[in-house]
Amino acid sequence: MSGGVDSSVTAALLQAAGHDVQGVTLRLWGGEADQGCCSVADVEDARRVADHLGLEHHTFNFGPDFDRHVVEPYVAAHAAGRTPNPCIECNRHLKFDRLLERADLLGFDAVATGHHARVVDRPDGTRRIARGADGPKDQSYVLHMLDQAALAQVLLPVGDLTKAEVRERAADLGLRTAEKPDSQDVCFIQTGAGRQGFLESRIDLTPGRVLDDTGRQVGEVEAIELVTVGQRRGLGLRRQQEPVFVTSVDVGTATVTIGRKEDLLDAAVALDDLVWADGPVAGPVLVQCSAHGEPRPGVLAGSVLTWEAPQPRVAPGQSVVFYDADQVLGGALAR
Amino acid sequence: MPVRPEAVAELTRVLTELPGNPSGSHAAARAARRVLDDARDVLADVLGSGPGDVVFTGGGTEADNLAVLGASGGGTVVVSSVEHPAVRDPALGLGARIAPVDSAGRLDLDALAALLDGLDGVSLVSVMLVNNEVGTIQPLAEVAEVVRRHAPEAVLHTDAVQALSWVDVAEVAADADLISVSAHKFGGPKGVGALVVRPGVALAARQIGGGQERERRSGTQNVAGVAAMATAARITVDRRTDDVARITALRDRLADGVLTAVPDAVETGITGGDRSGRAAGLCHLCFPGVEAEALLFLLDEAGVAASAASSCASGAAEPSAVLAAMGVPREQAAGSLRLSLGWATTDADVDRALAVVPEVVSRLRAGKRVDA
Repeated sequence: MSGGVDSSVTAALLQAAGHDVQGVTLRLWGGEADQGCCSVADVEDARRVADHLGLEHHTFNFGPDFDRHVVEPYVAAHAAGRTPNPCIECNRHLKFDRLLERADLLGFDAVATGHHARVVDRPDGTRRIARGADGPKDQSYVLHMLDQAALAQVLLPVGDLTKAEVRERAADLGLRTAEKPDSQDVCFIQTGAGRQGFLESRIDLTPGRVLDDTGRQVGEVEAIELVTVGQRRGLGLRRQQEPVFVTSVDVGTATVTIGRKEDLLDAAVALDDLVWADGPVAGPVLVQCSAHGEPRPGVLAGSVLTWEAPQPRVAPGQSVVFYDADQVLGGALAR
Repeated sequence: MPVRPEAVAELTRVLTELPGNPSGSHAAARAARRVLDDARDVLADVLGSGPGDVVFTGGGTEADNLAVLGASGGGTVVVSSVEHPAVRDPALGLGARIAPVDSAGRLDLDALAALLDGLDGVSLVSVMLVNNEVGTIQPLAEVAEVVRRHAPEAVLHTDAVQALSWVDVAEVAADADLISVSAHKFGGPKGVGALVVRPGVALAARQIGGGQERERRSGTQNVAGVAAMATAARITVDRRTDDVARITALRDRLADGVLTAVPDAVETGITGGDRSGRAAGLCHLCFPGVEAEALLFLLDEAGVAASAASSCASGAAEPSAVLAAMGVPREQAAGSLRLSLGWATTDADVDRALAVVPEVVSRLRAGKRVDA
């Protein structure tokens, strides 16, 4: 229970379905502030919702694991000019690994979260993550790493509802989180100092040169570590006749190369760290490369995905998730 | 620790029968003031001070804050490395220097002397009497001697919040200039405490207003809470000799029983089974390879309420600064368990804990996945 409306309603739905439910809030980061991730205010919201429902509530401190598996890799990825997705790493290593392990140890049969996605049982006995009922709120992308063992232990009860329905249920139940705004951005980065301030206090940021496709310098950036492939703004360029995009980032030489939209198109994506719902897949798949991106058709062969039609370059480090219709087959990181 | 029934009765009596504000002048006010003055006499007696030296506060943290922030007078502050955050954090805010402890959690007196010798203008030294996590009793009389010799201008504060049930504070803190106590640690209600301020010790008030408590702590006193605290203090001290003997035997049976049932458990900071330097009310154990949070969860489920380190605002267990200061390895500290005993603890409670703790530890070890 994050203290948000989705996990509040999750708890209520499971309780109504007759499960023996207890609430858990993960303390992952900081916790001194009154807002942002793991703040005392959020833990209080979660606890008061649990109280309201008559459920026990606990707080688990997974801070050291969060540092090791989410924050440190996030910083290292930026330092290497990659584009990390900390929410996915948190799901991979904390919510659906550490918490599942803890729940198992404590004698619980399942862990439920408020993600907008569904776990579907297939005729052959396997399970998959499928898109949630609320298309624009679908979170199947960030759950692509769940394997059969995890899927057997995970419940996602709000995946059958739209966000509006979730808020309606919360209001009907008198839950204090009914109108609480959705969380935004990277949870451990407070809006004040932002990503740059966060990284600045941990690594040296390097000024970079912006080159056009002929190698001529046309601009500069304050911090090469903050530039992402596909980025359009903040490159210190004079007004261009047609839009330009970052086509590559090289931390070693501190250079950013820009090009036109068509220069950004790739025929294929090389992949690392492939994970599968129920075994490796090859052949035609639908592919999504950001949390709410449009799925595009491609063909998987080993660790290479070939697009049916060329697509904008996927920033190295981003998750590439494979679907069969609305079901997740697996995913990988763009090399 | 449960509130003593006598304290509950006194709290109820005062709330019901004595509604007056002790700062007023009419009969009801005078009746309330009499209750407050009687309570002040009791606290003075059990803490070994004059009645006028006792300042009532809203608990132990307020007493500690008032001592550290009110008596440091802009000079250098020195605190031990195992202080409660109520002392440690305000002290660190004043740029305090830290005096180390040994592996038993006992202040290193030579190191303290050397630290004081190397500092100018030390105005305040704060060393707790009994540690809240592991129960180590500090040699306060010897600490006072070191402070007199090596920082003669400094005042000595002791956080005695954990002490009154276990040691004769009046005797062992006789050389301290400031003493903090908190009612709920000896069977009184939460949210009420006291600070002893010896005559001649300069104390700047932190809470300003109506000038109550001789201008050392403004705000209308919690008369019923203070009266209940005095009732609890009186009974605690009257029964202390017997209670300490009884609870020491219970604690020893508990610790020995767990150590026998779980042979690789470590009794924190204890070597050769010598528990003489420890308060009777604490049994601190570490179970290698067990996560404290999971242990506490299952103990709670089995009806054994315990803690790992001290509690914090969001309820999550925090790594213990006290164990770190004692040099307990992090892996060992990760599996720490603090079992507290008090005036209400019975033989049956210890039996229950002995039945549950080893079983839960072994269940956690059996269920522990190894693929991480």
